[in-house]
Amino acid sequence: MSKLLEGILEAFRLIITLDPYLMQIVRLSLQVSGTAIILSTLLGVPLGTWLGMCEERKTRLINKIIYTLMGLPPVVAGLLIYLLLSRQGPLGVLGLLYTPVAMVAAQVALASPIVTGLTMVGIRSRGREVEEAARTLGASPLLTAWTVVRECRFSILGAVVTGFGRVVAEVGAVMIVGGNIEGRTRVMTTAIVLETGKGHYELAIGLGLILLAIYFVINSLLYHFQKEKP
Amino acid sequence: MRGKSLRGKMWSCLLLLLLALLLMAAGCGGDAGPDDEAADQGEGEVEESVTILLSTTTSTYDSGLLDYLIPVFTEQTGIEVEILSQGTGQALETGKRGDADVLLVHDRAAELELVEEGFFVDRHDVMYNDYVIVGPAEDPAGVKDVESVVEAFNLISAGGHTFVSRGDDSGTHRKELRLWEEAGVDPAGADWYLPAGQGMGATLTMAHENLAYTLTDRATYVSMKDELELEIVLEGDPALFNQYGIMAVNPEKHPHVKYEQALQFIEFLMSEEGQELISSFQVAGETLFFPGLGI
Repeated sequence: MSKLLEGILEAFRLIITLDPYLMQIVRLSLQVSGTAIILSTLLGVPLGTWLGMCEERKTRLINKIIYTLMGLPPVVAGLLIYLLLSRQGPLGVLGLLYTPVAMVAAQVALASPIVTGLTMVGIRSRGREVEEAARTLGASPLLTAWTVVRECRFSILGAVVTGFGRVVAEVGAVMIVGGNIEGRTRVMTTAIVLETGKGHYELAIGLGLILLAIYFVINSLLYHFQKEKP
Repeated sequence: MRGKSLRGKMWSCLLLLLLALLLMAAGCGGDAGPDDEAADQGEGEVEESVTILLSTTTSTYDSGLLDYLIPVFTEQTGIEVEILSQGTGQALETGKRGDADVLLVHDRAAELELVEEGFFVDRHDVMYNDYVIVGPAEDPAGVKDVESVVEAFNLISAGGHTFVSRGDDSGTHRKELRLWEEAGVDPAGADWYLPAGQGMGATLTMAHENLAYTLTDRATYVSMKDELELEIVLEGDPALFNQYGIMAVNPEKHPHVKYEQALQFIEFLMSEEGQELISSFQVAGETLFFPGLGI
């Protein structure tokens, strides 16, 4: 019990003094997951919007595939990217295994189905009426699409935030393709695994607290936006 | 009305958030900085700084030895070394696939075989230490009264005392399996035998929590001793000897590897200075690794 208490106190000390090792790990986590979610948004929002505006029966198979990929286990995504990027894999010449780029790739594989799927659901629930209204007012197809995205922005934001929450907390994929190299590919979750294994609970607890804080902010945002939703 | 302006605010919030993320991402790209800095600090050296990837075992990494050696090497040569800490089995596989430049592992038989097969070159016996069996202080199996691993393992299995195994195809795990074989016991599937599938540190923690026995390299145990209520119950049996080898990935198999720099690292560790550094590394007043070949 005292060990837990000691760990928590030391964790707070590390956070308050902006311990460089801790901060570097947090920064890399946010950079990797941030980049991944931006790419997933650029990929998933247009695709999700398009699918959401298509008639549902035409996209039934694609829907099922996307829903399945939304549940893709992180370790499986990690394994796939690992096999692709390893020197003996098809993309091996790029030499990207055990780099942050590989981690971003794995997280994009995890986040883009989530962004796509949730965007699609959001658009489908509200897009039709907006689309008809825009069309009636004589908007071009592109402007119509933009209007639909604008009107459904809260569900889209929810999709993006959910995707970010998923990848920033994920450990399996980044461990496999990143290798947990100090100063290069060590992120919050893999550091927690390592430090717990070594019995250095303070750092693990500190990182855990930061992850929880990030989650809290994300969920507050999400809650706020959902309440706003008309 | 109010709702609308609020929504407008939300919208700009989102834009700001995205912008912040973009900036971070940009920072990520610009983060190739350390290389440039290192080159600047190279004190007039013309050579570009190079980073090699060392694939090694959890035992050398968790004990802190590499954090002790590598800064000296980097200062002398300007070569940065990144550490991929895996079990020996995984490390050997990583090297075979050409995903690392140099390996520091401990499964001598397997290493020599892979050198023979042409996957690795320039292998040296760089250092050694020993394994110990640790267990709860009360020692319910009575291992402290015997002197050989064979007897100890038979006592543990006969009494059904919990034994945590690495279970991850690491050097330690391979060693442990050979020792069970010598003891004539097949522990697989027994309810007292727990294959953890994790690194040495995590396995020791698990043994500590379960009041169990386990086989560990001395270095990791000593570096974690303060966190554990585990004692050495058996040591000194020649069967517990643990040799580490260092070797480079064969550039003829994988032309992209940084063979020259890997060789420099090997030469550094095998040099008089490197060997002295290894023997001067201490944790809690104990020397953890001994230089050279110890068989």
